[in-house]
Amino acid sequence: MNVTVCVKYVPNPQGTPELGPDNLLVREGVEGALDPGDEFAVEAALQLAEAVGGEVRVVSMGPEVAMSAIRRAFAMGAHTGVLVTDPSLRGADVLTTARVLAAAVRRSPFDLVLTGVESTDGSTGTLAATLAELLELPSATFARKIGIEDGTTLRVERQTEAGYDVVEAPLPALASVTGSAAEPRYPTLKGIMQAKQKPVEQVSLADLDVGDASPTQSVVSSERATEKGPGEVLQAGDNAIARAADLLAEAKVI
Amino acid sequence: MAATWVWAELEGGRLNPTVLELVTKARDLGQPVEAVALGPGASEAVAELGDHGASRVFVSDDPVFEEHPAQPAAHTLAGLIAQHHPSLLLFPTTYDARDVAGRLQARTGSTLMSNATGVPGPDRAQTQIFGGSTVVEVKLGGPDPKLVLVRPKSFPAEPVGGTAEVLLVDVDVPDEMRRARRIARHEEQAAGPKLEEARVVISGGRGLQDAANFALLDELAKAIGDAAVGASRAVVDAGWVPYSYQVGQTGKIVAPDVYIAVGISGATQHVVGMKASKRVIAINKDADAPIFRLADLGLVGDALTIVPRLTEAIRARRG
Repeated sequence: MNVTVCVKYVPNPQGTPELGPDNLLVREGVEGALDPGDEFAVEAALQLAEAVGGEVRVVSMGPEVAMSAIRRAFAMGAHTGVLVTDPSLRGADVLTTARVLAAAVRRSPFDLVLTGVESTDGSTGTLAATLAELLELPSATFARKIGIEDGTTLRVERQTEAGYDVVEAPLPALASVTGSAAEPRYPTLKGIMQAKQKPVEQVSLADLDVGDASPTQSVVSSERATEKGPGEVLQAGDNAIARAADLLAEAKVI
Repeated sequence: MAATWVWAELEGGRLNPTVLELVTKARDLGQPVEAVALGPGASEAVAELGDHGASRVFVSDDPVFEEHPAQPAAHTLAGLIAQHHPSLLLFPTTYDARDVAGRLQARTGSTLMSNATGVPGPDRAQTQIFGGSTVVEVKLGGPDPKLVLVRPKSFPAEPVGGTAEVLLVDVDVPDEMRRARRIARHEEQAAGPKLEEARVVISGGRGLQDAANFALLDELAKAIGDAAVGASRAVVDAGWVPYSYQVGQTGKIVAPDVYIAVGISGATQHVVGMKASKRVIAINKDADAPIFRLADLGLVGDALTIVPRLTEAIRARRG
C-alpha cells in the first residue's frame, strides 16, 4: 500500500511570530521545522505501510528550507519526496495550497493520502477536505485512530464535539490525523544518515497544472487586541487559596 | 439583493448552538438572511432559525446528509449556490462544517476564511492571531460566495420573533459521493455539565504530572457544582483524557464565568479556546508561565497541593 503524506515546514512553534510590513507572516531568517502536527501523519503513514508493505511518499509546498521538513520525514522512515517551491507561492492561500498539493500528489500512484488536521502556523483546518474534493476522494478527517480493513477499506475513529464517529471509506481515500492517531518515533542515527540519500523531486509551479495562484485574502488592518492588564499573582499559601475562593464567590458560582 | 447564508449545521438532529449566533450576526450585514439546513432535524430547526432572523430556509430532511459525511452536503450546497448566488456563507466552526466548507471551496473556487471572530461586512472578516494578541481584518476577494468559518461564542444569539419561509431542496447525490460512510456515533460524555455550558471550567495540563491526578480536578468540580473538567492539547495527545475534554483551537471554545487553568502554561493553541472567559484563575509552578498574563488571579505553586486545598476551602465555605 502506498501512502502519500502532505507535510508543512513551519516557523518554530516555540518562537515569537511576527507580521511583516506586507502583513504576511515573517518566515525569512526564522528557524523552522516539520510541523509537529504533521509528524503524527507521517507516523501513521509509516505504520500503515509497514503493516502491509508499501512506500511512504512525502509532499510539501514551501521555500527551499522546507527540504528540512522532508528530510525529517525521511529520517523517520519515509521513502520518497516532492517539494514544490516557487516564489509566486509566497503568501498562497489555502485554496492555492490545496491545488498545488493536489497536483503534486497526482504525480505518483497512491492508495491513501494523509495530512495533519491543521498547520501550527495557519490553523485553517480545512485543507484536507479541499484536497479530498480536488482529488475526487472520499475522506475521513480528524481521525484519532486509523486503520485499513482487508487491505481495501479505510476505517477511522473521527473526532466529534461529543465523542467520536466511526467512518469507513473504500480506498483510495484521504484522511487527516490528530495527535491521538500515532506517537511519532524519534529518527535513529541510521535513519538520519539514510535520509540524505533518499530521492526528492523538486518542482516549480510551471511543472504543475494549477492555474491562478493569486491570493484571495488580504489583511487590511492589524492591531493589538485590547487585553486586560495582568491580574494579581500570589505565591501559593492560605491567603492565595482564600483569594481564589473569594473570586469564585464574587462570580456567584459558589 | 445578494443574501447572507448561514450553514445550519445539525448534530444528531439538533441545531448546533453557534448557528443561531451567526443568524443573529447576519442581521447586521444589510443583506437578506437565509439559512440552509440539510439532514434529519432540518424541518424542526426552521422555527428557531426564523425566530433569530432568517427570512428563508432551504430544507431537506434526507438521511443521506447524516450517513455520508460532507460530500453530499457540499454537493447540494454547490447546486443551491449556483441557483441563488448568495454573496456570503457563514459556517459555525465544527468538524463537519470545516469539511463541508473545505469541499465547497474546491467546487466554487471562492475564498475560505477560518477562525473568524468578527464579520464587519459581507466581504470582511476579523480573526485573532498570535494567541489573540493581535486582531487582523481581512478583505475577502475572489468569486462569491465568500466562505467564513466563525468561532463559537463570537456573537450572542438573540431572537427577533420572525418566521422563515421554507424552501424544500431537491436532493440528488450521486453514488460516488456516498463512498465515505458514518458507521456509528459514540458519545463520551463526562459526568456533570457540558464543557461549553458549565459556569466554571477547570482545565488540567502537563503540570498535573500524571493522568490519575485529574481526579483532583473532578473533586474540585464536584465541590463547586456547576463545573466541568477540560484539558490542554498536550495531555489529550498524551492520552491522559479523551479528546472531548480538549479546550483550545482544535478543541472546544469555552467562555465560562470562571476558568481555572491548572498546570497549563498558556500556549496559543489553548488560549484561543478560553480567552473569552469572564474570570481566569491560573495555577502554575512557573511564575513566568504565559497563562499568568491573562489571569485575574495567579497562584504560583504546585497544582497537586493547591487544588485539594482550594477544594477544602470551598467545602468549608459551603459548610
